[in-house]
Amino acid sequence: MSNTNQKPLDKVLIICAKGNLEDVYATLVMANGAVMEGIETKVFFTFFGLEGILKKRMDKLHTATVGNPAMRMPGDLPFPTLLGALPFVETGVSTMMRSEMDKLDMPPPSEFLEMITAGGGEVYACKLAVEMFKLKKEDFSDEVKDIITIGQFYEMATGQNTQIIFT
Amino acid sequence: MSEKTIAGKSIKLSDEGYMEDSSQWSKEVAAEMAKEDGLELGAKHFEVLEYLRKQAASGEALSIRKVGKSGIVDIKGLYQLFPGGPLKLSSKYAGIAKPTSCV
Repeated sequence: MSNTNQKPLDKVLIICAKGNLEDVYATLVMANGAVMEGIETKVFFTFFGLEGILKKRMDKLHTATVGNPAMRMPGDLPFPTLLGALPFVETGVSTMMRSEMDKLDMPPPSEFLEMITAGGGEVYACKLAVEMFKLKKEDFSDEVKDIITIGQFYEMATGQNTQIIFT
Repeated sequence: MSEKTIAGKSIKLSDEGYMEDSSQWSKEVAAEMAKEDGLELGAKHFEVLEYLRKQAASGEALSIRKVGKSGIVDIKGLYQLFPGGPLKLSSKYAGIAKPTSCV
């Protein structure tokens, strides 16, 4: 029997548990992309992923220069881990990544979150992680709708054509 | 590719319903395409469409972020104008190619 059901997604729930620049961006690009496609979108930030929605730090995210085998120097040379450990190298690399992304019209996370909620997407923070890091609702971007448990997040995963993505 | 009569004119369309030849565009064609999707275009819609056409003609990559900064409408407003596909639907009615931007 051939599958004639080519219906696109109705709803997507995305979980971000890591706070590196690239991890947070993967979540934001996917979430914003889903909203733009008319897919109902909910995003859940937990553990170090909370960096991506913290007012103070969301626009200053960093990428790992140590222990990152995919890291390359300009000219496609390998990036020695010891170099990455030197002072200011990581900051320089992260600044460079941010400026490259800006050229591609990728907004900083604060603006990305605004774009997601402007299209009806919803952003949540994980209660357990918020308590563990001793954070408060006012520490987060105004775009964060609520601090909820994972159970409450799963309760939103109703209906056919719903997917949960863990980045 | 297919040809379809829209607003009395034969329009070349891609398989996904985007206009192949931007010069065939007119406000009447846009309005009829939108009507088929159940959307009534108003003055604000056309401002966005004209902006997108101008951007596309100059070879600029399009994104909702740029539209949001154009001064015509903010991103929230853009979603309200073209529900369910702010950039895709507006590009379709503007008679330009399907957007390739990820943002």
